[in-house]
Amino acid sequence: MKLTGAQIVCESLVKEGVEVIFGILGGVILPLYDTLPQYPQLRHILVRHEQGAAHAAEGYAKATGKVGVCFATSGPGATNLVTGIADACLDSVPLVAITGQVIRPLIGKDAFQEIDITGITLPITKHNYLALDAASLAETIKESFYLARTGRPGPVLIDLPKDVQTSQAEFNYPNKVNLPGYKPTLKGHPAQIKKAARLINEAKQPIILAGRGVNISGAYDELKHLAEEAQIPVVTTLLGISTFPESHALSYGWLGMHGMAYANMAIDAADLVIAIGMRFDDRATGRVSGFAPNAKIIHIDIDPAEIGKNVRVDVPIVGDVKVVLKELNKLITKTEHIDWIGQLDEWRREHPSILIRDCDEILPQYIVRQIYKITKGDAIIVTGVGQHQMWAAQHYFFDKPNSLITSGSLGTMGFELPAAMGAKVGRPDETVWCIAGDGGFQMTLQELATIAKEKIAVKIAVFNNGFLGMVRQWQDLFYGKRYVATHLNCPDFVKIAEAYCIPGLTVKHKKEVTPAIEKAMEEPGPFLINFMVEPEENVYPMVPPGASLAEVMEEPKKGVAKWQRQSTP
Amino acid sequence: MAATKHALVAMVADKPGVLNRIASLFRRRGFNIESIAVGHSEMPKVSRMTIVVDGATTQVEQVRKQLEKVVDVIKVIDVTGEGTIIRELAIIKVKTTTANRSEIIQIVDIFRANIVDVSSDSVAIEVTGDEEKVNSLYKLLRGFGIIEIARTGVIAMTRGGAGSSMINKKQPKSRTRNKKKE
Ligand SMILES: Cc1ncc(C[n+]2csc(CCOP(=O)(O)OP(=O)(O)O)c2C)c(N)n1
Ligand SMILES: [Mg+2]
Repeated sequence: MKLTGAQIVCESLVKEGVEVIFGILGGVILPLYDTLPQYPQLRHILVRHEQGAAHAAEGYAKATGKVGVCFATSGPGATNLVTGIADACLDSVPLVAITGQVIRPLIGKDAFQEIDITGITLPITKHNYLALDAASLAETIKESFYLARTGRPGPVLIDLPKDVQTSQAEFNYPNKVNLPGYKPTLKGHPAQIKKAARLINEAKQPIILAGRGVNISGAYDELKHLAEEAQIPVVTTLLGISTFPESHALSYGWLGMHGMAYANMAIDAADLVIAIGMRFDDRATGRVSGFAPNAKIIHIDIDPAEIGKNVRVDVPIVGDVKVVLKELNKLITKTEHIDWIGQLDEWRREHPSILIRDCDEILPQYIVRQIYKITKGDAIIVTGVGQHQMWAAQHYFFDKPNSLITSGSLGTMGFELPAAMGAKVGRPDETVWCIAGDGGFQMTLQELATIAKEKIAVKIAVFNNGFLGMVRQWQDLFYGKRYVATHLNCPDFVKIAEAYCIPGLTVKHKKEVTPAIEKAMEEPGPFLINFMVEPEENVYPMVPPGASLAEVMEEPKKGVAKWQRQSTP
Repeated sequence: MAATKHALVAMVADKPGVLNRIASLFRRRGFNIESIAVGHSEMPKVSRMTIVVDGATTQVEQVRKQLEKVVDVIKVIDVTGEGTIIRELAIIKVKTTTANRSEIIQIVDIFRANIVDVSSDSVAIEVTGDEEKVNSLYKLLRGFGIIEIARTGVIAMTRGGAGSSMINKKQPKSRTRNKKKE
């Protein structure tokens, strides 16, 4: 039986197990939307801005490990997706975006709302398609999901002309893909694994550096086994947070610009770094020439192009982290590193990094701690980008696998609310806290409408410091405290929430913090708390831009202007 | 080719936009490309590209791996080295006078090049060879006045009976595989 292109899309999405689509329609994607009611198993969530659709799909994908799906119309609809697609690309998030396109005869004619979205998204997708006929549509969708989810995950975009949606073709969903140019390596090379095992067994001061790849491949147990068996301390990247329980005796926090001082010192002193599913981002490594100066480096990653890209590597292993660790673990001898671990413990005592000073003002760090206490660590934390993001990452203790969702690579302000929404849709039984900056929140707060309409019970904590705080911190430290364009005139966020029929309250005193969080938790639906926090609090520790990890700053010191660099947060 | 130069042979799906994907990759990663030549391969729907990069300015292995990440790129091999046939074709149009025409013809003969067009005040010379040969001919002719030059960019192939195909699967059975660097 012949189906329309639109039906083929829906049938294929059903075959891929899609449960939810975030999107906004428009002229050239109408045939697809018109077909949606025939497929009640596909829940469509109407967002209020396409950027929200992409971030929600990301939040969903990060929380569930499944492919997130979003729809948009051509032209401005498609370009509004771009930030979210780029974010997904850099954070390796599986995403399939379907955009409407003008009818085929009008392509290239600058038709109304025609834009070359495959051209625009070429460098920010894993792959993309301009679907030019209905007959190969099923194959295209099959490939898209396959590409998005396998290997190093990433976003795939399908641009779908309106007349392809309405033309007819036989529907046969292929059960295999035919992609001769795409064969991710899953199994590590045995000789390399042997070499790595030898280095690990011989190391005196080894350290594991775990990234998001551990999470993507679900290698929590294998990582834990390796760490415990050979008694290797574990440090994570920002995106690697929650791949290893932070309350574990071998957990030494996370590294990088705002990571724990002792984590950075540990990397600096290590004689072996076992980097697992991470890519040596500059925010994690600090000045790369000064990264782990005394260490040999083992790098396990599924993406061969990451090997040797940023740092020299002694033993590269290309493969799926879980598969590789399973093999590697077989060759590891039980060891102890009493002196080394003793040294790290001493550094942790001397440089606790995440102490909260006692004061009457509401410190953002204190709020995070209270949320941690009240949720008992059993929540998914979704953040925006800025100071609040760093405090959330530092002061919540992430024991639960995959419990931090944050934009780590593109650093997209405005990610928080739509991503939290998507995470809650994907994991409805979990408590989802959206930790928002007052700046970033104002970039995507229109999704409060979606949250209210779809009754998505996210708990929103806006950290209202009246500043684009992280940039203000840089101005404070590196630009002579000249606060140019970082002051925010915030509206009354509680009134805004109320306008969307979402209850909320403003917290101005420290003693109200706990009751407010408890109230939010008692509410069955969404709830917003507007926390009036200490406006000029800075995030520490900090590795200044351009410095190496060993040069971590702990206290606000005068005269740090010597670090002045051209980089932007 | 200069010692630092590498010839990468890429087998790519013959699909619209592939060249765009590759060009976009080079631009975005700041890879410096000396030349690129594209044509059909012995396999249907597969094109063959020869890309020359200077190892002194660009990390060749990164280029190779990043290229391989492009879904439409099937395989990339660095064929630099002794066992490689490297050729480029150039057409050089030179100013001539009756006085110097025979001198030019002599040079053309020495280089085993061909004159493919003659007019009263110019000749067009076709030359095939590796980059150095084309460059030396160009240098010799420069004195006469070059009107224009067109170069194809180099193409490369490994010597000997080893398989021309670098695609492991779905190929006619008899083809031997190129084991080098696999
Ligand atoms: C879309 C976007 N624009 C600009 C930036 C640069 N930037 C990084 S952090 C930051 C300030 C964030 O302010 P806010 O959301 O209030 O968080 P805070 O740092 O105050 O906690 C800015 C402007 C960015 N990361 N993303
Ligand atoms: Mg702020």
